[in-house]
Amino acid sequence: MSQQTYRLAVGGHIDRTRPLSFDFNGKRYGGYVGDTLASALLANGVHLVGRSYKYHRPRGVLSAGSEEPNALVQHGTGGATDPNFRATQVELYDELVAASQNCWPSVSFDLGAVNSLFSRVLPAGFYYKTFMWPKAFWKYYEYVIRRAAGLGRAPDAPDPAYYDNMHVHCEVLVVGGGVTGLAAALSAARADARVILADEQCEFGGGLLGAGEQIDGMSTDEWVAQAVAELASMKQVTLLPRSTVIGYFDHNFLTIAERIQDHLGPMGTPDKARQRLWKVRAKQVVLATGAHERPMVFKNNDRPGIMLASAAQTYVNRFAVKPGNNVVFFTNNDSAYGAALTLAEAGIKVAAVLDVRAQPTGRLATKVRDRGIEILGRHAIAAAMGKKRVSAVEVMMLNESADRLIGTARKIACDLVCMSAGWSPAVHLFSQSRGKLKYDANRSCFVPGDSVQAERSAGAANGTFSLAACIVEGHEAGLAAATDAGYNKNASVPKAPVRQEIEEAPVDPLWLVPAKAGEHTNKHFVDFQNDVTAADVVLAAREGYRSVEHLKRYTTMGMGTDQGKTSNVNALAIFGQVLGSDIPDVGTTTFRPPYTPVTFGVLVGRDVGELADPVRRTPMHQWHESKGAKFEDVGQWRRPWYYPLPGESMQDAVNRECLATRKAIGILDASTLGKIDIRGPHAAEFLDRIYTNGWKKLAIGRCRYGVMCGEDGMVFDDGVTARLGENHYWMTTTTGNAARVLAWLEEWLQTEWPELKVYCNSMTEHWATASVAGPLARKLVAKLTSDIDFDPDNFPFMSCREGAVAGIPARVFRISFTGELSFEINVRSSCGRALWNTLMTVGEQYGITPFGTEAMHVLRAEKGFIIAGQETDGTVTPIDLGLEPMVSKRKDFIGKRSLSRPDTQREDRKQLVGLLPVDAREVLPEGSQIVEKVDDKPPVPMIGHVTSSYYSAYLERSIALALIKRGRSRHGETVQVPLEDKVVPAKISAPQFYDPEGVRING
Amino acid sequence: MLLIKCPWCGDRDEHEFSYGGEAHIVRPRDPEKLTDDQWADYLFMRKNPKGAHLERWVHAHGCRRWFNVERDTVTHAITAVYKMNEKPPRSSKT
Ligand SMILES: [Zn+2]
Repeated sequence: MSQQTYRLAVGGHIDRTRPLSFDFNGKRYGGYVGDTLASALLANGVHLVGRSYKYHRPRGVLSAGSEEPNALVQHGTGGATDPNFRATQVELYDELVAASQNCWPSVSFDLGAVNSLFSRVLPAGFYYKTFMWPKAFWKYYEYVIRRAAGLGRAPDAPDPAYYDNMHVHCEVLVVGGGVTGLAAALSAARADARVILADEQCEFGGGLLGAGEQIDGMSTDEWVAQAVAELASMKQVTLLPRSTVIGYFDHNFLTIAERIQDHLGPMGTPDKARQRLWKVRAKQVVLATGAHERPMVFKNNDRPGIMLASAAQTYVNRFAVKPGNNVVFFTNNDSAYGAALTLAEAGIKVAAVLDVRAQPTGRLATKVRDRGIEILGRHAIAAAMGKKRVSAVEVMMLNESADRLIGTARKIACDLVCMSAGWSPAVHLFSQSRGKLKYDANRSCFVPGDSVQAERSAGAANGTFSLAACIVEGHEAGLAAATDAGYNKNASVPKAPVRQEIEEAPVDPLWLVPAKAGEHTNKHFVDFQNDVTAADVVLAAREGYRSVEHLKRYTTMGMGTDQGKTSNVNALAIFGQVLGSDIPDVGTTTFRPPYTPVTFGVLVGRDVGELADPVRRTPMHQWHESKGAKFEDVGQWRRPWYYPLPGESMQDAVNRECLATRKAIGILDASTLGKIDIRGPHAAEFLDRIYTNGWKKLAIGRCRYGVMCGEDGMVFDDGVTARLGENHYWMTTTTGNAARVLAWLEEWLQTEWPELKVYCNSMTEHWATASVAGPLARKLVAKLTSDIDFDPDNFPFMSCREGAVAGIPARVFRISFTGELSFEINVRSSCGRALWNTLMTVGEQYGITPFGTEAMHVLRAEKGFIIAGQETDGTVTPIDLGLEPMVSKRKDFIGKRSLSRPDTQREDRKQLVGLLPVDAREVLPEGSQIVEKVDDKPPVPMIGHVTSSYYSAYLERSIALALIKRGRSRHGETVQVPLEDKVVPAKISAPQFYDPEGVRING
Repeated sequence: MLLIKCPWCGDRDEHEFSYGGEAHIVRPRDPEKLTDDQWADYLFMRKNPKGAHLERWVHAHGCRRWFNVERDTVTHAITAVYKMNEKPPRSSKT
């Protein structure tokens, strides 16, 4: 195991009594509890942690937080592996396993780096331009690029962990647990508001953890500990560490991804959720999300060993890690001097501080100078040297206007470069809340503008960077939020903390270090994750892009998993420079959820596997299972599809089931059909308006087939409705449409015709339905009843009776979807299985055969009966289907007027026809397109499509239903159905293949 | 995610509701008397304003009642909720 040679002897928030071992890229390393993967790697002197996305350049750790663009790792193994984890956020645990992304075969020897040699031919817009090239080229590029430039791997096994969702309400949600957030939470909680404080790190304190500064005579660590202790003692406060607020949605709805057990690794407790998504409805929100330091844009600024100044400071203070031995600072503001002092005090040699400003005069700069550290005013890094680790920097002077490097270059050896180009408030959530940003020229950053929702930003997130001011602003924001939420009893803001303010000199933005004479800026990286250089941004401007949203899409700047946290402002500032526009005029891109990448698991929560979608089973389900039925999903229902006997293929089984029904008796579980109980004095009037045909003359005890349309005249659903009593109807719907039809009826009753006294209730699950069909059906049912007269004269087709079947109270409908004599027997659900058992036992002597949905489809297609959703697709009228006799001319109904619109009157509308392939063995695929004749070259006009297609055992040939232009006038004509490997001729016919006279319904 | 105040159930998450489009479109008394254009106007044409919009919602996964909402299509602020048989708020410009 390699030694932690870069670990400082003392300090840091790590537990030196708890050493850990971990595996990175197959090598063993040591670390401590309290480390992140990044800090532990740096403690071992490992800077090279990955390869870049496009050019596969070696990359190191840039930051110490969630903004990290480079150190992306594949974390964990097997089903528990996750891509795109930021090493800077992964808490170390014993036996952690992680690997670099984007490199193959290894991080040190990377074949993809060959792209790097061709960076001149892979400029911005490469992908788009390639798309426009001859298509054949793209095939080649895609193969190479996709293989080389992955963004991690998906797990190859199911995730063993489980995840939770949680819904909560609070008065004040404080996002961010640095000093600002802690102060805000304290004020709001002291006013008795329910407070949630969420922070993405494992402990509260934000960027100040381990810093040696003072507040109110305490160290910052003591101040933080005291604040956290007070918050923890208040029952109205929920503290959520390791919790990233990932989304800010309408009406103050925010989502928080809490990593409950990630830091325990596979050693975590299996009976606890791994992560939890909190769905919070907050009355008020305080955004104390801090700020991100910006990198400097110079040549080779992406070399391992070059990091943000604040990150280096964090590694020293919080993790007791020296990120290097010999450092050069490069800054345009005073904050880097604080970092320089921290590093110098930790024993790191500070070779020089380069400042863009001519005369750095701030108090911190003076302190640095007093330590004897060389400060070079108006200097910049012209280029970094070294490949897998920075080894030196080339330093040059800037001219007055900072657009040219002048003088002679000086080389300074170093193994660490700390850069700071100023700070960008983390305005992502504010932007997600739809707030508009405004540019603050004094502080050279975007700050939140007016609030759109009930939120306020405070502290660094608001562009306030001094510690004391952050605390004051936090307290004020917390109290104001509580007050606005109605909680302000006796609360007041504590007095401002005692702290000597550090006088700071203003930042002087230098967005781009100019290239040396004769060189380009194509190694000046702006977006590290997506390998976008300053030259790419310049090219986009030169090629005519003016909108920052277009710049983003053209260069892919900000489109990585980090959403450009460290790159956006630099990119649009450089873009503005080229266009000659001010930064506010260039504008910003829109930030979108999630703030940082999240697992699919945490979004889905418990809705996986059996809980993903409910499965609905009929009361007879177990019987079907015991007979080896194959099932098909119809909506949420699981319906028997066919019942294969040993050795039977699906076609064998369906043939047998169809023939048994045609010749003897078949039985179908029809329990899933939608059933709606409709009552009220105006029920008949209501049905008259809903259905295309008339209902007022339907006698009690009779049934009628009905078709309903949308107001656009297109068929929506169909089914049989029976009149059970004076004001009582029983409507059936297709299985998949049951809920939609009920909602449709309710909509009209509530919104358009509230004067109608009609009441609808879903009965689908209350009743079980067995449909017996076939010439012997009457014999069977008659045997099982004593109080229903099955004499055909007394129980005619399309009527219904109530009585006992097999001793069970039942509603029996004599209707038919197969064309055979059939009875639908409805009983209470609890009696469904008993009814079924009796029918099967008694029916045995008649050769009763259960049939599934496939045989049902064949039988109804032989009769030309449509299925809503199969023959119809929302563009088909009842007239198109040949149902003109069912369309009343005497009354209005929903959709009627649309049937006389010019479009529905068109003569070339597609109409329902039968289709008989010339080769009777050829079963056409459903959905096949139909043409007149096949031309030599496209376009070939299509005249229709196949809606249903089966092999009919009874007819001993294939049959199909189709919608064909002018179909009804074309019976007898032959059309062509082009398939992948052949063209099938087929003859148009009437859409009835079996018993067109309808005599079989009498048995 | 909107927070919608069902007149019967109170504040509930948007995902309990279904959207029903523009409110106060009355079905013509005698559609057969309308010209094609008039019928098309009823059937297809909607206001789609930028700003205050009167629209219908149904508490589909709750009490299943329809009601009206005044919502700003820019800010999503809900400024009024009223029952089907009630008149829109006076302030409404639509
Ligand atoms: Zn409700």
